[in-house]
Parts: sequence; structure tokens; C-alpha cells
Amino acid sequence: MTGLPLLSLAIWVPIVGGVIVLVAGAGNNAHRARWIALLVALAGFLVSLPLATGFETYGHSMQFVEKASWIERYHVDYHLGIDGISLLLILLNGLTTILVVIAGWRVIDTRVEQYMAAFLVMSGLMNGVFAALDGLLFYVFFEATLIPLFIVIGVWGGPNRVYAAIKFFLYTLFGSLLMLIALVYLYNASGGSFALADWYRLPLPMGAQTLVFIAFLVAFAVKVPMWPVHTWLPDAHVEAPTGGSVVLAAIALKLGGYGFLRFSLPIVPDASHALSGLMIALSLIAVIYIGLVALVQTDMKKLIAYSSISHMGFVTLGLFLFNRIGVEGAVIQMISHGFVSGALFLSVGVLYDRMHSRQIADYGGVVDRMPLFASFFMLFAMANAGLPGTSGFVGEFMVIMGAVQSNFWIGFAAATTLVFGAAYTLWMFKRVVFGAVANGNVAELADLEWREIVLMVILAVAVMGMGLYPAPFNAILEAPVSDLLLHLDRSKLP
Amino acid sequence: MKLLYLIIPLAPLVGAIVAGLFGRVVGRAGAHVVTIAGVLVSLVASYMVFEDVRAGHVFNGPVYTWLLSGNARFDVGFLIDSLTATMMLVVTFVSLMVHIYTIGYMADDPGYQRFFSYISLFTFAMLMLVMSNNFLQLFFGWEAVGLVSYLLIGFWYTRPTAIYANLKAFLVNRVGDFGFLLGIGLVLAQFGSLDYATVFQAVPHKATATISLWGSQPWPLLDVIGILLFIGAMGKSAQFPLHVWLPDSMEGPTPISALIHAATMVTAGIFLVARMSPIYELAETALSFILVIGAITALFMGFLGIVQNDIKRVVAYSTLSQLGYMTVALGASAYPIAIFHLTTHAFFKALLFLAAGSVIMGVHHNQDIRYMGGLRRYMPITWITALIGSLALIGTPFLSGFYSKDSIIEAVAQSHLPGAGFAHFAVLAGVFVTAFYSFRMYFLVFHGKERFDQQPHDDQAHHGHDDAHHGQPHESSWVVWVPLVALAIPSLLIGGVAIGPMLFGDWFNGAIRVTEHHEAMAHLREEFEGPVAMGMHAFTSAPFWLAVGGVALAWLLYLARPTWPAAIAARVGGLHRLLLNKYYFDEIYGFVFAGGARGLGHAFWRFGDVAVIDGLLVNGTARGVGWLSGAVRRFQSGLIYHYAFTMIIGVFVLLTFWFVGQR
Repeated sequence: MTGLPLLSLAIWVPIVGGVIVLVAGAGNNAHRARWIALLVALAGFLVSLPLATGFETYGHSMQFVEKASWIERYHVDYHLGIDGISLLLILLNGLTTILVVIAGWRVIDTRVEQYMAAFLVMSGLMNGVFAALDGLLFYVFFEATLIPLFIVIGVWGGPNRVYAAIKFFLYTLFGSLLMLIALVYLYNASGGSFALADWYRLPLPMGAQTLVFIAFLVAFAVKVPMWPVHTWLPDAHVEAPTGGSVVLAAIALKLGGYGFLRFSLPIVPDASHALSGLMIALSLIAVIYIGLVALVQTDMKKLIAYSSISHMGFVTLGLFLFNRIGVEGAVIQMISHGFVSGALFLSVGVLYDRMHSRQIADYGGVVDRMPLFASFFMLFAMANAGLPGTSGFVGEFMVIMGAVQSNFWIGFAAATTLVFGAAYTLWMFKRVVFGAVANGNVAELADLEWREIVLMVILAVAVMGMGLYPAPFNAILEAPVSDLLLHLDRSKLP
Repeated sequence: MKLLYLIIPLAPLVGAIVAGLFGRVVGRAGAHVVTIAGVLVSLVASYMVFEDVRAGHVFNGPVYTWLLSGNARFDVGFLIDSLTATMMLVVTFVSLMVHIYTIGYMADDPGYQRFFSYISLFTFAMLMLVMSNNFLQLFFGWEAVGLVSYLLIGFWYTRPTAIYANLKAFLVNRVGDFGFLLGIGLVLAQFGSLDYATVFQAVPHKATATISLWGSQPWPLLDVIGILLFIGAMGKSAQFPLHVWLPDSMEGPTPISALIHAATMVTAGIFLVARMSPIYELAETALSFILVIGAITALFMGFLGIVQNDIKRVVAYSTLSQLGYMTVALGASAYPIAIFHLTTHAFFKALLFLAAGSVIMGVHHNQDIRYMGGLRRYMPITWITALIGSLALIGTPFLSGFYSKDSIIEAVAQSHLPGAGFAHFAVLAGVFVTAFYSFRMYFLVFHGKERFDQQPHDDQAHHGHDDAHHGQPHESSWVVWVPLVALAIPSLLIGGVAIGPMLFGDWFNGAIRVTEHHEAMAHLREEFEGPVAMGMHAFTSAPFWLAVGGVALAWLLYLARPTWPAAIAARVGGLHRLLLNKYYFDEIYGFVFAGGARGLGHAFWRFGDVAVIDGLLVNGTARGVGWLSGAVRRFQSGLIYHYAFTMIIGVFVLLTFWFVGQR
């Protein structure tokens, strides 16, 4: 292992780089801003690669740990470290950042440097969330990620962007305030520590556990988002520029699932057990109810947004099954969802850039003019429908297996996604891509340019690679999931 | 040896990738050369494996570990035994014939390379399916063939009917897969593994195990698993009530109707149940279920073939009906016979489809048999081969279909499961129906008056063909008729040659398990005195005379008295409409499921999301806060006397509290 503070680099390289882009690109120097942003994004991803190569796959303790005192008076530490779950999310984040920089290359032509800087800063902050081992540090990063995304939607978004941005901001802020209360409570209960490791050992009575669980639940459920606190997401997606949607879907939603894994389950295991029925019910509502809502959407982005919620239902479902294959499946689903929904939003972006419409009804026969694009889009649509051989299958399969193991009817309800997921995805695909060329606008469509091809190829490789050989991903998860299941097995009631 | 196993599926995959990704580079000829070479390699290697299995070498081993989760290991691996080897040979042979045929059939299609890429990809997926040594890879192949089927039904993607049909096919199959995946989930939960060998070894210990699904009522575990897995088979093998996608799949080009929707993919469900025989042998309720579903499909889908006028749809309903026969055989525990019928059917049904395609080309892309007739003079090779295919299909003694179909009827007669009586009646009556619709089509196409110039100018859109070159029907080129001949030979001979070793030898020992008290196979083995004796005996048996009756009736109605059918149809108008509308399944499904799902989706969206959650809770909260702050704002009017008045009231209230508190 190198002596370099790799995690700090993964956090601060993009943030500092983002500031540099802001300065260097000021005064309408869009060209320079783009190139520096790309370099920073690449650098951010590169500094996270040694985390993967130097990672001890089956190691049970946190790795690459860094610790320094931050606010001494309250024992707040700058305490970083990662396990396999964090590692996968950090890598996904670095890759996504590169993609959004390329995706915004030509489309964004106002305040380019600010746009790029927002994504780079966000990327660093997200890494901070996934690496923080100190409760307050986590909270700061968690909240800070709101700001760049708020700006991205509010400035570069569609016509109704202000409503969407404020809805997004207030919704999530409301959730995280309750989390802050829980964090302060835990700080007091543990005798003045913000260290997660201390909280994991902290015995708590059932009443307190339940309240802490609910506080966390509100914060994380909004992020995931779970039914019924999901309605901010379709609005945010519809108004956000393509890059914003991609980051939102691929990374930002993962904060919720990650929060459950890192906070709710290990800190308040007894409450988690007690309320697992509720969580499973909410997850299944997400799968079925949202799946049906997705079916009737007329706006492609809204449809994919609802599909996203439905797929995230598998994450929360898997987590609260409390068996190995379910929990592992949930994490795999988070990563895969990052690839697949990111790819779908990019695909819609490709169409939107050309036609300036997201309405399904405005399309038809796209394959005739854009065969290459149609092929990629087909792959991603099939991945969204959970076709074996794509990453979309792996997580769903594992969660369904875990669900049947725990209760046949939970598995039954979850498996309906096989039908609903295919129905809403392929019906949209049929109306947009197949058929005779629908109108003059479609007739003038040009196929992918090289920049878009790069994006599509990267995501296609990721989607198929993970679908055909998920074993290495899951190997990384073995140790952290074992630890988590151990925490869940031990009652913390005093 | 393991390398050889790998080559078999990978050779077509390489062909598919080259033709698909580099189609423009290799050109049209390059695409068909590389894919045909791939399938040919695969066929030769499959034959070598077949011989090797005959010599007694069975292989079971992993290729790589797909996923490891705790103690559950999910491998990609091969199980090569007699069942697999049979399927591999059938798949690669039919696939090769279809590849060659496609050169002629798709000659002017702009999607030439794409088509070759798809059918090679299909061959890869189908081989992975049959060669699997575990449930998961089976599911992989299962969904992959479904994907290719989807792509190929919608091959002419500008035709609205084609892209409707492929979506329907995918979704109906997904309903089946839903059951299949739950079955796999129960297997994993109960046996801790998805490996065939491990599971099949443990099955006898779970023979009396139960599972409570609803309240405290215990259900026999293996029956539940068996039925769930069979629901998957019902989707893929188009069994009632999941049969609705197969007739519509005829929207795809004819070569794939032969390969995918007749000979191979749709038989995956039959293969599945045969492969799982160790489970089904201990699940008699599931077997009964299979028997009844198969019987319904065999008889009632046959009826629909009678009223169809589209040449491909007649053959499609015939396929449905024959798949029902195979399913019935499975239900009677006669798994080897089901696979035997699968094999003979693959040859003669692929032959019939390819012949139908040849006819379609010969009459310039017309598919309506009412506007054909007398084609035997123009298309002699197609005529003879189609006749062979039809005779094989209706079970003419000594032809391949006879041996397999007669064995099924015999086997069902020996079954004592609930539903066996109905099944026996259905397969017997089915013989008459099969003979009738087959020869109705045959007579209308090849005999009688020439009607191909009477077609009202067609509203049917065809794939970019301007029908400028209407003229005399003509025989197809050699790339088309060579596969016809190559398929006609096994359609004639394979039954008599293979029945001995396949059904009554020890070919399937080890691959298929039959418990002793299911005695259908044993009974047939006792009776069997060689293929010739069986053929001779047939002339005194009921099925033969039923078939003759069917052919005679077809002759009477469509050659001798061609005005009668319309008169009869008018007499039984209600029944005729019921058949024409395919028992109204499409309408009912469309209304209940497609309409219901959309209705629910709208309700959840408009009421749940928009009205309650957003309208009432989210924006309602925002409005509430807005109203409250609006109310509070009134106090900040900026007028001194308002403030003074407020202060006085405040002081008064405080003082009151203070005094009250003092007392």
C-alpha cells in the first residue's frame, strides 16, 4: 500500500480541480473549461484506481484509513476509510463523473465552467460521503452534495426548473434534518463520540432505537427514493439537464441505500428487525405501484425516472431481507442501476439534443435513421428489463432469490418486475425506436457522433461485463456483508 | 474434450458477432459465409460429441463461476449426456439448413447481414440452453433465445403488426418466466444449489416435503416447484393459456418461423421438463397438470388451424397442437417419447415451414392459400417435399411422425393419472383434426384450380417488395430446395431408424429418470416388435383410420366440393366466428391485462402521486406554510398603532398569566 492519503486525494482532487476550472474558464473561456474539466475528471478517477488495485478483497476492517482531529472540542474527526461497498460506489462515482463531463461537452454552452465545476465538486463530495467514518463528517458531505445538484437543476434545467429544484432541495433537506437530530442523540448517548465504530457497539433501548431508525428512515428514504416520498424525483429528472439526471440516478440515489447500510442496519439492528415488515412493504409498493405508473408515462425521462424508483425498490427490499444473497444483491443492484439508468438518461439525452422533445409521441422509427444508437439503446433497455447477461439481471435475480428464501410471497411480488419492467421499457422502446419514420423531424436525425459513441461503449462494456461476470464484484462485498449480517444478528438492547 | 464443448456454442457466436458488428465490412457474402461456417463447425462438433456420448462418455463440469454468494455457487457449465447430445444435433442441423435457405429467402432484403447475425446468435443461445448443467444457465439461455425471438419477430420493424407481435411475444414469455424464476428460487431455497446433479440427487429426500404457501395448508414441495417450472415451459412452448404469442410470431421472416417458432426454441419447454424428470417423477399433481394443459393445447389449437387462410398461420397452429402432443407425453411420464416427437417434429415442421416459405416466394409474396392452387406443376420439388412433410405430420405409417405420435397415443393410454382419460381422447381426436387441416392446406396450395391470379390487389404490406413482377409461379433456387430435400430425408426415415434405440434401448438411461410405477414406457417396450411390425400393425388401429378420415374429408370439401366449406361456415356461424377469433383470447387478454395494467397505472399516478402525495401532502404543506406565514405577516403592517395595540394586548395577557400564577 502506498503512503499517499488516497481517500483524501479522491475527495479533494475533484473539488480543487473544480475550483480551478471555475477560475480558468471564467470570462467565456468555455473551450479551456471543458478540457480542464475532462482532465480533472480523469485524474479523479485515476486516483481512485489504486484503491481498487491495493484493496484487500476479503479484509474485514476498514481500509485506507485516515484519521485526524477536526473539531477537537466535540471530538469530531476527519476520519476516512472504506470497505468493499464504499469502494464500488467510489469507482462508480469516478466513472460517472467522466461520463457527465463528456456528455455536457457540446450541449452546455452557457456558463460552461460553472457547470463543469459543479459536477466535479459534487464528485469529490460524494466520495467524501462514501468514505466518511465519522457521523458529523458524513453529515457535512451528505448535505453539501445537495448544493451542486440544486444549482445544476436550477440553472441549466428545463422550463419548470425552479419548482423542481426547490422541491428537490426542500424534500431532501427536510429528511436530513431529522438525521441530524439522530446523529446528535447518538453523540450524546455514546458519551461524546461521532465515530461510527463506537455507535456500532452502543447498546440502545428499543424505544430509542425505533426513533433513531425513523429519523434515519426519513432522511434515506427521501434519497432512495422510497414510496411515498418519491415524487420529487420525476420532477427533478424531467427538468435536469442530461448530466444532472445521470448523476442523480447513478450516484445521488445511492446515498440513501448506502445510508441504510452504514447507519440504520448496524446502529439500530433491533429496530431494523422490528420494522423490516414495513420496509419490505414499502419496497414492494415501489416495485409494483411505481412499475405500473411508469407504464403510462408519456414523457421518456419521467418514465425512466419512475423505472429508477421501481428498481431502487429492489435495493431496499434486498437490504431488509437480512439474508446474504439479498443484501449482496441490493448492493449489486445499486451499482448496476448506476450503469443502466445512467445509460438510459444519456440515451434520452442523445435524442433530446437532436429533437428537443422528451415526448414519446413525438418519436417513432428512430432506428431507421440512427441504427447504431438504436442498438445501444436496445442493450440498455434490455438491461433495464433485467435480461440475463446484463448487469440489470444480477441484482434483481439475487434479491428475488433472497426474497423467496425468506418468504415465497415476497418473492412473488418482487418477481412481477419481470413482466412490468419489460412492459414499460419495451413498450416505450417500441414507440420511440421501431415503426415507420414518424415525422419530418425524425427523418432528419443523425446517428451518434464519436463523442457519444465513447459514452455508449463505456456503459455497454460495464453493463455486459457485470452481467456476464459479476463474481469479482460480489467477492468484494463478501466481507462487509458478513460484518453487516453479524451486526444484525446481535441484539443491542441493553 | 472440454475445448470441443466450448467450440460448439462459441462458433456460431463468433459468426454472429462478425456478421452483426462488421456486417458492412464483410459484406453480404461474407456474412453468410462466416455464419454458415460457424454453424457447420458446430454441427460437426456436435456429431462428434454425439458419437462420444454413444460410446458412453458423459460430461458434467463447470466452465467458470459466474457468481459466488456465501455457500451458493452459480456456475456456467456443461452437462453433456444423451439428452443434450440429441438436442445439440437437432438444433445445429436445422439451424444449418435454415442458414442455407436464408441465402435465397432474404436475398433482396436490406437487413441481410443483421438477419444472419441474429440466427447465429440464436443458435449460440439455444446451445447454451440445452448444454447447461444448472438451472441458472438454463434461464440465461431461455431469456437469450427469447431476446433473439423478439428481435426476429420484429425484424421488419416498420410493420406495425410485427412490432406489436414481438412485444406481445416477449411479455407473454415473461409471464412464463415469472413462474420459472420463482421455481428456481424455491429450488435454491430448498436445495441450496442450482446445479442439476446436486439437486437431482437430493430430490428423493424431499419427496414428502411440504411447504405452506397459504395459511397452514401444506403443499407438496415438489409439486409446487414442478408447476412453477412448468409455467416457464408453458410460456416458451406456447401452451394454453400462454399460447397467444406464437401465431402472431409469424410476422417474422419465414426462416425463423422454421428454426425458432417450430423446430427449436418452442421445444425448450419440452426439453426443460424432460431434463427435470427426477423432479417431475415425484410430483404427480404437476404431471396431471401438464397432461391436461398439453391435451387442451393439442386439441383446441388444432381446431384453429382449420379456419386459417394464411399459409404460415396454419402451420403455426399445427405447431401449437404438436407441442401439446409433446406436453401430453411428458405428463404421461413418457419423456423419451416427448423428445422423440420433438426430434421428428423438428425435421418435418421445419420442412413444412421452409416449404411454405418457398411457396410464398414462388407466388410472389402472397400468403393466402385461397389464392394459390395447382402449384404442383410449377414447383415440383416444393410440392413433393411438402407432401412428405404433411404425411409425416399426420402420422402416415412408416414415416417419422407416425412412430413418435403413435407412441404418444399408446403411452397416454397407459397413464393412470387424473386427466389421462381426457388427454387420451384429445390426442386421438387431434389425429383427425391434424389430418384435416394439413391436407386442407395441401390441397388448396398444390392441387385444384389455379387461383393465384385472382387475388384482390393486396392491402398486405410486404417488406419493401414492389410487387411489379407478378407472373407465373416458379420453383425456388437451389439454396432453397436443397434444405427442403435435406429435411425431407429425415422426415421420412428418422422415425423408423431412431425409435428402437431412442425409446426402447438404453439411450436415455441416466439422463431421464422414470419411477417404476409409471409404467407407460415399460409397457410400450414390451409391446414393441420392431419398426416394421409397428407400421404394419398401424393399419388396423384407430389413429390410422382417423387420419385417413381427416384426409378424405379435406379432399371432399376442398377438391371435390369446393363450395361446401363456405356453406358449412355459414350454417355454424357462431362456432366459425369463435374459431376465426381464436376463442377471443387476444381480446380478453388485451382488455383485462393490458387495459387493466394501464388503468391501474393511471389511477396510481393521477390519484396517488399527483393528487394525494404531491397535491395534498407536498404542495399542501407548502401551501399551508404559505398561508400561515401570510397570516403572521399581517402583524407586521408597519403601522405604529398596530404595534402599540399588539403590545398592550401582550402585556395584558402576560400580566393575567402572572397574576393567575401568583394565586
